[in-house]
Amino acid sequence: MNHVLTVSHLTGTIAGQQVVEDVSFEVPATGVTAVLGRNGVGKTSTIKAILGLINRSGEVTLEGRRIVHMHTHRIVQLGVGYVPEDREVFTGLTVAENISLAVRQRSPRLDFVRELFPEVVVERAQQRAGTLSGGQQQMVSLARALVNDNKLLLVDEPTKGLAPKIVDEVADVLREAAKTVPVVLVEQNLKVIDLLAERVVVIDAGRVVHTGPARELLDDPERIQQLLGVHGEAAA
Amino acid sequence: MSTFILLLITGLGLGALYFLVASGLSLIYGLMGVLNFAHGSFLTLSAFAGWEVGRRIGLDTLTGFLVAILVGAIVAALTEFLLIRPLYERHIEQVLVTVGLSLATVALFEGIWGPDPINIQRMPWLIETTTIAGAPVPNSVFIAIGAAVLVLIGLLVFLRKTRYGLIIRAGVENRSMVTALGIDVRRAFTLVFTIGGIAAGIGGVLASNYFGYVSPLMGGSLLIFAFIVTVIGGLGSLAGAAVASILVAVLQQFTNYYWGYGDLIVVLLLAVVLLVRPQGLLGRKAA
Repeated sequence: MNHVLTVSHLTGTIAGQQVVEDVSFEVPATGVTAVLGRNGVGKTSTIKAILGLINRSGEVTLEGRRIVHMHTHRIVQLGVGYVPEDREVFTGLTVAENISLAVRQRSPRLDFVRELFPEVVVERAQQRAGTLSGGQQQMVSLARALVNDNKLLLVDEPTKGLAPKIVDEVADVLREAAKTVPVVLVEQNLKVIDLLAERVVVIDAGRVVHTGPARELLDDPERIQQLLGVHGEAAA
Repeated sequence: MSTFILLLITGLGLGALYFLVASGLSLIYGLMGVLNFAHGSFLTLSAFAGWEVGRRIGLDTLTGFLVAILVGAIVAALTEFLLIRPLYERHIEQVLVTVGLSLATVALFEGIWGPDPINIQRMPWLIETTTIAGAPVPNSVFIAIGAAVLVLIGLLVFLRKTRYGLIIRAGVENRSMVTALGIDVRRAFTLVFTIGGIAAGIGGVLASNYFGYVSPLMGGSLLIFAFIVTVIGGLGSLAGAAVASILVAVLQQFTNYYWGYGDLIVVLLLAVVLLVRPQGLLGRKAA
């Protein structure tokens, strides 16, 4: 199987404290790979370590190319889209400015993101992003990643704190995006995992403790309880 | 009435000089989190460069002024590239480097030009006065005010209308997210330092014409008030720096004239602002 991303023995530190201990997994060139785990086990830190947003060591390759020594901006320029936890839109900039800032190719996919998010990207283009609701900010954050052609999307807890209706909309967008680009999705919501993910990587205490097909894990409530500390029925 | 007008307009002139220094400081702090203590040295070196060129090829050309701006820009860019960039994300070390550079350059300037202020020959028109409502105001004051207004407009247009301006505005808010969008924020760092150097270069020539001398300590003494202005205005806020420059300089000018405690009143104002509104007049509240 072709892998777009290979992570081997990745470690990461924040302010001298090790938050990613020894993470290894592979991301196939298609579909959604979900990264799961309890709160605070190092899921977000793993994504940040892959992107070079925190100090890291180990090995990370994108389409066979070693990227662990590269600056974050170089990794992103290679074709990695990033949707951070908590959106991180630029609240003082307008929606249009947020998206314009993210454009890194000559022919950005502006029509695509306008079609996906007409209520935000078109109707609220000149509104400051800081005045948008959480769901609308998430749309801006997703639009920033999707306005470029990517080889890989790293999406960190996109449904966190959103209303159920908006969660469904975000899941629809990710399902659409995943048709053309592989996605690494950090997510707590098992319903979303059930809708989108083909594979799962479970992290605990900064290490990978389980990898495999998503269906297999979701069909095993006892394993879910053991690995994630939640009842498997949550996926239903 | 004429005294009031004179104090007001010369206060605005002094505020213009503060703004020319504070604008660079504010942008650099806003984007990079670096308090640049070497900023005064950019101003001093530019002032000496402008003076040296002016006295050699004549006062009636703009060459000295342009050389001063160029020197400010180049020295600032080199400082960022050679000294600040290797210490990326190490803010304490960055501050220490700029403090060290500031001390070393003052000693260097004293070695080259001597420790005492050197009175400069100015274009006659700059020394002449224009009477406004009975107050004879030196023309150099109007030049300083005009230059500061042009720099403010230029910076606002740059920040609002250009891609690099957009990057800087976004970087002031969330630098790591700018990087995560595939943008080399280090280029913006160099650019911001260079812009600060240009403003300091303009400030250097105008300050030497405003005060009538150049001195190795000129930049340092302006820098102290520029820091105060930057904090009162709100670290990282250009508009805040402009408002605070006027407020501080006019207050200082009036207090100096009537009571002689101009510097003290500025420090008291700083203390009041820090107590009542720690983020500054137009700064953002820390999360």
